[in-house]
Amino acid sequence: MAETTKAAPARTRRTRGTKTPRVNAAAPPPTPPDAETLVGYYRQMLLIRRFEERAARAYTEAKIGGYCHLNLGEEATVVGLMAALRPSDYLFTNYREHGYALAKGIGAERVMAELYGRSTGVSKGWGGSMHLFDAGARLLGGYGIVGGQVPLATGAALAVSYKGGDEVVMCHMGDGTAAIGAFHESLNIAGLWDLPVVFVVINNGLGMGTTVENSAAEPELYRRGAAYRMESARVDGTDVIAVRDAARLAVERARSESRPYLLETTSPRLKGHSVVDPARYRSKGEKEALKAADPLARMALNLEEAGILGHDDRDTLDAEVTAEVDAAAAFADESPAPEVSTLFDYTYATPVPGELRRLPADPVFSS
Amino acid sequence: MATVTYRQALRDTLRAEMLRDENVFLIGEEIGLFEGSYKITEGLLKEFGPRRVRDTPIAEEGFVGAAIGAAMLGLRPVVEIMTINFSLLALDQIVNHAAKIYGMFGGQASVPMVIRTPGGGGQQLGATHSQNVELFYSFIPGLKVVAPSTPAEASAMLKAAIRDDDPVLFLENLALYNTKGELPAEVGDIEPAEIGRAGVTRPGTDITIIGYSRMARVAAEVAETLAADGISAEVVDLRSLRPLDRRTIVDSVRKTGCAVVAEDDWLTYGIGAEIAATIQEGAFDWLDAPVRRVAMAEVPLPYAKSLETAALPSADSLLTAVRDTLRATGRTILEPAR
Repeated sequence: MAETTKAAPARTRRTRGTKTPRVNAAAPPPTPPDAETLVGYYRQMLLIRRFEERAARAYTEAKIGGYCHLNLGEEATVVGLMAALRPSDYLFTNYREHGYALAKGIGAERVMAELYGRSTGVSKGWGGSMHLFDAGARLLGGYGIVGGQVPLATGAALAVSYKGGDEVVMCHMGDGTAAIGAFHESLNIAGLWDLPVVFVVINNGLGMGTTVENSAAEPELYRRGAAYRMESARVDGTDVIAVRDAARLAVERARSESRPYLLETTSPRLKGHSVVDPARYRSKGEKEALKAADPLARMALNLEEAGILGHDDRDTLDAEVTAEVDAAAAFADESPAPEVSTLFDYTYATPVPGELRRLPADPVFSS
Repeated sequence: MATVTYRQALRDTLRAEMLRDENVFLIGEEIGLFEGSYKITEGLLKEFGPRRVRDTPIAEEGFVGAAIGAAMLGLRPVVEIMTINFSLLALDQIVNHAAKIYGMFGGQASVPMVIRTPGGGGQQLGATHSQNVELFYSFIPGLKVVAPSTPAEASAMLKAAIRDDDPVLFLENLALYNTKGELPAEVGDIEPAEIGRAGVTRPGTDITIIGYSRMARVAAEVAETLAADGISAEVVDLRSLRPLDRRTIVDSVRKTGCAVVAEDDWLTYGIGAEIAATIQEGAFDWLDAPVRRVAMAEVPLPYAKSLETAALPSADSLLTAVRDTLRATGRTILEPAR
């Protein structure tokens, strides 16, 4: 069950911009999931798990460069959140976003190709692991600067409101983001202007190696919504159905009432901050405890106990998903690197005279 | 044709662009009810309403970022940052986001946004409110930075900036707002400028003076003074700091053989440093004297009028540097009769 805070009654104020009148709709009753839906969620979670394990391997084989942050332990959160969105809804995320791209409907091969820095990648090899973007899937970016995506998502919601659309913008961030100025400025603006945006704090307990308790004066991060008269809730991020239902409620508030929402999910980060981080700051006991918190193992057990997915079926599913990830890696490996001749293709959307298109040793003037 | 102030040209152009395109909207602090700190948006809230003229809380990072996000979805926000000093609070959004989104995602989303903001000292506003930090933005690929010096150029350039699909920082200057100039046509009929093109605003043969924004205007004044002494100075108004029209600068210096850069920022690593480097690379064999720079004294700008005036570049200081440079060429030149 989610802990929630209710927003204080709306103040009397001048209406700004386009706004759907506030209605006091009751929360939509959670739909009890059928077996097929549950297996579908499990399969998506498994795909993310195998994809991330493969990415970690490819990183150690030097096929992936730069930074590489994985969603290991976050699978139920990822799948639950994405299940609450329509395809037309927009998603902004931070740099730990491979799973979100997969769950938003982007093919594993195009995500892996981006990690490999290939021209077939979602961002044509320009972004890498931290900067996945797909206009068609309405994934409007993974962002590498902590908090950078929060004002952007707020502005996207402003555009939706300006145009009178019914899309919702979802904006993910890590727990560390709750301490940054852009977070506060954006929540204030979204609350003030009644914007259809759902802010989701993915609380995995650690910002790199710093615990939430060591970075937040109020470690129950969802409570920050109160400062902006914003409805907010915290939900167990290892329970895919709980996450989905909490997210559906938040999305409904944004869509029907044009009110922002702050949702906090709690889940373990099973490995280090990024692939290269051995997480020495965690005790042996903590690492042991992580195994028990693994959402994938927990869901496998639940499905088995409920008689929905037995051991053999699970293995079959795993083989399917692993084959999909293998194919994605093969596709990435075989894809071409971007041509150097395309280096200057994306500096400006409107071409301008006088733009320097020189490589490091080239002179400024050729004559 | 109508003679208008720089302020009026900006205001009328904003209005014309809002009438032309429903996606153009204004966003910033005190631009609505208060009608702008410098009254550039006077009357626009009344005419267009709060949807198109959006007052914001004091949160530069938040509202600049929101404008970027809105631009990604196809709107054309024109942001007012009260002064360029406050843009530093939004530096992450401008540099790490607005400038990066088009390239970093392989051209899938552009950011058609304008940030209008004035710089400039001389108003006794003290160290934190008198800076000229356009250099920070001119340094960044992905951004465009324009700095027109006359009402006509301001109107044409603002149109170009609003219709451009990239983030454009539109530099204004407090000292320019009340200056006047003729418009070539009704505001609605003015042709958009071409971003990235400098203008030779006064042709000449003896020396090139290069300036932008307020200093382009000062350069024109100085050229007039020099003409009275029989010296023919060519004035290049950069108009665009990024992209920089290097060709026009170099062509001028190849003709005149010497140059002075007039800039309102600090000298060390400033805009003038880039111009001087451009000249040495493109016109080395044509140079008869070292390139001089006229720029602010390297101090946080003081409040006291005596100190502030001494620290800022002026027509007098530019004139001195021009005469020194002409002397350094070794050419036979006419000394002014005094």
